[in-house]
Amino acid sequence: MRSFFVSLTSEFYKSRKTLAFWSAILLPLVICILMSWGFISQATKLAHNPAPMLWFRYISAIVGVMGVLLLPVLVIYNTYAITNMEYKGDTWKSLFSLPLPKLSIYASKYVYIVFLTFITMLLFGVFIILTGHGIQLIKPELKFGDYNANNIIFRFFSKLFLSAIGIISIQFLMNLMWNDFLKPFGIGFLLTIMGIITANVNWKYVDYLPYAYPNLTVTNIMHTKGDFNKMIIFDQAIYNSLICGVVVFIIGYFLVAKKTIK
Amino acid sequence: MSNFAIETVGLTYNFGSQTVVKDLSLQVPKGSIYGFLGPNGAGKTTTIKILLNLLKSPADQVFIFGKDINSNRIASLKRMGALVEQPAIYGHLTGKENLVNRCILLGIRKSKCAEMLSLVGLTDAADKKAGKYSLGMKQRLGIALALVSDPELLLLDEPTNGLDPNGIIEIRNLMIELATKHQKTILVSSHLLAEIERTATHVGIINKGELLFQGTINDLHSLSKPTIKIETNDLEKTSAILINAGAEIVQKEEHTISITFKNKEDMGYLNTLLVQNGITVYAISKERKDLENLFLDITSKN
Repeated sequence: MRSFFVSLTSEFYKSRKTLAFWSAILLPLVICILMSWGFISQATKLAHNPAPMLWFRYISAIVGVMGVLLLPVLVIYNTYAITNMEYKGDTWKSLFSLPLPKLSIYASKYVYIVFLTFITMLLFGVFIILTGHGIQLIKPELKFGDYNANNIIFRFFSKLFLSAIGIISIQFLMNLMWNDFLKPFGIGFLLTIMGIITANVNWKYVDYLPYAYPNLTVTNIMHTKGDFNKMIIFDQAIYNSLICGVVVFIIGYFLVAKKTIK
Repeated sequence: MSNFAIETVGLTYNFGSQTVVKDLSLQVPKGSIYGFLGPNGAGKTTTIKILLNLLKSPADQVFIFGKDINSNRIASLKRMGALVEQPAIYGHLTGKENLVNRCILLGIRKSKCAEMLSLVGLTDAADKKAGKYSLGMKQRLGIALALVSDPELLLLDEPTNGLDPNGIIEIRNLMIELATKHQKTILVSSHLLAEIERTATHVGIINKGELLFQGTINDLHSLSKPTIKIETNDLEKTSAILINAGAEIVQKEEHTISITFKNKEDMGYLNTLLVQNGITVYAISKERKDLENLFLDITSKN
């Protein structure tokens, strides 16, 4: 267990100055600032909305942008960036020649990517709450403060986070297999587009396509139309995302255990 | 208890259908500086990767401090430090951060970093991004990374690559100091015999995956048979006289002739014989083939 934690600490230490780390933090901040600026500029049109609907419109605008395309692309990029650090410096060989179990090295990398995605989702929740209340300070007619949306915001982003687990595992596996940007990124992007299309046309097998899960989650959130109690976190897509995550993680480990450094 | 820090027993390794290491039986004594010599592509780096378990070897063929590497991977790696091919460093981190990262992974106090940076002469460049280091600086950082855990066994794959003459001398002295003062065992690979000759206590010569020679530096020297080089005014006549006298001609050049050295008396007798037959002897000397040529001879055999 100690090996896992030192490997995880090392992942943070190595990546803390990289775009992957900062994009995980800055992306929610930038999107929330842009979206709040849009709300401020449209304040007169939105002022008639009751507080729950205001929050719903605000959250769904951000979730729509994030979930449909940005979340899969962010996950695809982060997975690439974290694994590419080792390819770029030719450091796989030094990592695997250290007295650490291969499982610790592998699992810590995977968990770190999951952690980065979690941080992004958590920050989305925090920044949405802060900017929501910030909007009211600038435009008091937008009464965000009349409704406490904290619980539902975190439920939304927890669901979005869980929907990305399957994609993280698949992308991680592809990045371990190929020292290449184009293959994992290209395949990941194509599957994301496929996920968007299949989710939108309600393809009957869409529950089996991990790249469609963030999109299905967004659709699920949109369908609540402000009635937040309608939303179930653990639906079939989320279960499938977690199952896919675990299965691909195990396959990836066997791949790493047999990995030879030529 | 094995006396060898590294021992391989009939080690064979294939990349697909190509045999890269063939029936290799390395024996690296504890406390030695073992020069692992061979031309480029001979199988040196592959062997080092096998020794680090980066390439999987069959069971009971590779032993580190007497224990099979496959079933004792972590325990063996704890006692080893390595620099394989070009140094593996994170270019976006500074030299110091690269060392700190290694300390985190190995659970070593971070104060060790300054000590290592000073040892390899990188204190002034500690806060510079490692990606901006020159090849020589990267090599030094790679050595510092290999040394930071204070391992008993060091595997250095061509450590002086890219270093300037001063740097080469420093690394050479560092290896000698580590072996003599700190009782480290060092396996250092190189394709340059001259470099190994000055530091190594033991030598292994590999070519096309096969170990062609293994022994001490003195064993290697003794392989080189001395010759007598003679320069005269008439090489044809000299050659005929020497053959008649039973000498074995090794080499004939434009102005000189070389014969096998037997002993000093024989050398004196041949000199007298030539003079008595009217030959003017300009020069006569005993010569030993230098190790570089010996190395070429050995590696050209397979």
